[in-house]
Amino acid sequence: MSEPTVRIQKIKRDTVKTRLILFGTLALILLVCSIFSEHLTPYDPYLQDLTNAKAPPSAEHLFGTDRYGRDMLSRVIVGSRTSIFSTLLLVAIVTALGTLIGVFCGWHGKWIDTVLMRISDMFLAFPGLVFAMAVAGVLGGGLQNAIIALVAISWPKYARIARSQTLAQKETPYLKAARLSGSGTWKIIFKHILPNIIGPILVTSMLDIGTMMMELAGLSFLGLGAKPPTAEWGSMMSDSRSLLSSVPWVTLAPGFAIFVSVMIFNLLGDTIRDYADPKSRGR
Amino acid sequence: MAQPILKVDNLTKIFTRKGQPDFIAVDHVSFELYPGECLGLIGESGSGKTTVVNMITRLLDATEGSIVLDGEDITKRSGRELRRAYANMQMVFQTPTDSFDPRCTLGDGIGESLRNQGLTRADTKKEVARLLTECGLTPEFADRYPHQVSGGQCQRAAIARALAVKPKLLICDEATSSLDVTIQKEIIALLNELRWQHGSNLSILFICHDIALVQQFCNRVLVLYKGKIVEQGVPDEVIRNPQDPYTKRLIDSIL
Repeated sequence: MSEPTVRIQKIKRDTVKTRLILFGTLALILLVCSIFSEHLTPYDPYLQDLTNAKAPPSAEHLFGTDRYGRDMLSRVIVGSRTSIFSTLLLVAIVTALGTLIGVFCGWHGKWIDTVLMRISDMFLAFPGLVFAMAVAGVLGGGLQNAIIALVAISWPKYARIARSQTLAQKETPYLKAARLSGSGTWKIIFKHILPNIIGPILVTSMLDIGTMMMELAGLSFLGLGAKPPTAEWGSMMSDSRSLLSSVPWVTLAPGFAIFVSVMIFNLLGDTIRDYADPKSRGR
Repeated sequence: MAQPILKVDNLTKIFTRKGQPDFIAVDHVSFELYPGECLGLIGESGSGKTTVVNMITRLLDATEGSIVLDGEDITKRSGRELRRAYANMQMVFQTPTDSFDPRCTLGDGIGESLRNQGLTRADTKKEVARLLTECGLTPEFADRYPHQVSGGQCQRAAIARALAVKPKLLICDEATSSLDVTIQKEIIALLNELRWQHGSNLSILFICHDIALVQQFCNRVLVLYKGKIVEQGVPDEVIRNPQDPYTKRLIDSIL
């Protein structure tokens, strides 16, 4: 008789927790760095030294200097505060507002749903950044107004996701069971609906961090966001666009910073989604 | 006879859709359910069984007719008033795993109604353990998530949840149809045991499409066809001597 063949199945190890700790730590390091950015800079980020302008990266200036001779490394570090915090604030506001409107529409239905969804259609049909420019233009420049403008154009996406997810949840047997258990509307929304729909919304908002960062930078470039000489990654990139061929490091340094931080937040978003789903956690 | 625990009178549901003729899902259905009785409701899919149940539990508004639960008209109840009525009426769903929130433990699900009634966390935990034991599980199941238990175990937990508020009416909406035959038997045995224990304090509305199951489990049976009750009576008699052509076909299809 021949030996029976045994298939050995490799059991995948649960890496979600490890990944969560890794990316969470990286994101935390990024945040801590941006909080204490002023103490971490090797040079004064606003000190101009025209004798040393456009210097290529060297041991003294790791990322080189810009056209005014300011140290790029210091500017990138200081810029992290404006860039990261205003972006996170923006994403948090948009997510909360959009989700709130979406869940409300999905749960309540009827005419309120129709009215709010047509309004969101209007916003979605209009070119976003143009509208943001108009809003920021009316309100005047400044980072705060840029954030308000971007919130005004970005909420419909979240409202749509939250609404469709809520509608799907509404029909599930466990929501019927929760209603039969005598739970009120608020309890059902916060205990059952929100935890079940927050996964995709959170991932969307994490993936949106990069876009938001660029849009804020775009408004800054147009003079409607962060005002020069405030160091902000997006506006730093835009400022030196024309020099890309001769002194690439001035553009690449903030670009690299955006790349790294967006990457970290994206990976963190994916991991949070995996972690938040108990079905994938158990496997 | 005593006052019925549930009295449904001329219950009608019409679904209206734009550009299409109205669809009459449930057409003037009337019946009564007495304390301690087990009433079977059978019919093919699409016959309106679930619509009837959804209207009784007020998850769906009736177009016409009235629902009287334990002497109180709940047809137009809403909000707090309706939630009070739910203390007398509970339901076991067709798909056990889907009837528990995937993000909450079974214990959370079973204890939710108790917490809503103002029980403390510790008391709820004790009561949940007792309910789980009553339904043939162990208290450890309270910490499991729905996807971590089998369908049969989950349905036992769902029965435990339904019994938590000590309802007078238990509605089983195809509670056994998604389970395999041996598990089905166990769940029926459990329901039988509960009936015996609670006596006239527990009435069951048993929705099913398996006439054999209804025969061994129910005191009385209603046959629903295209939204109308076409026949009713004691299961044995209905099976032996069906009057309506649909009932005849239904019985023929089994034998």
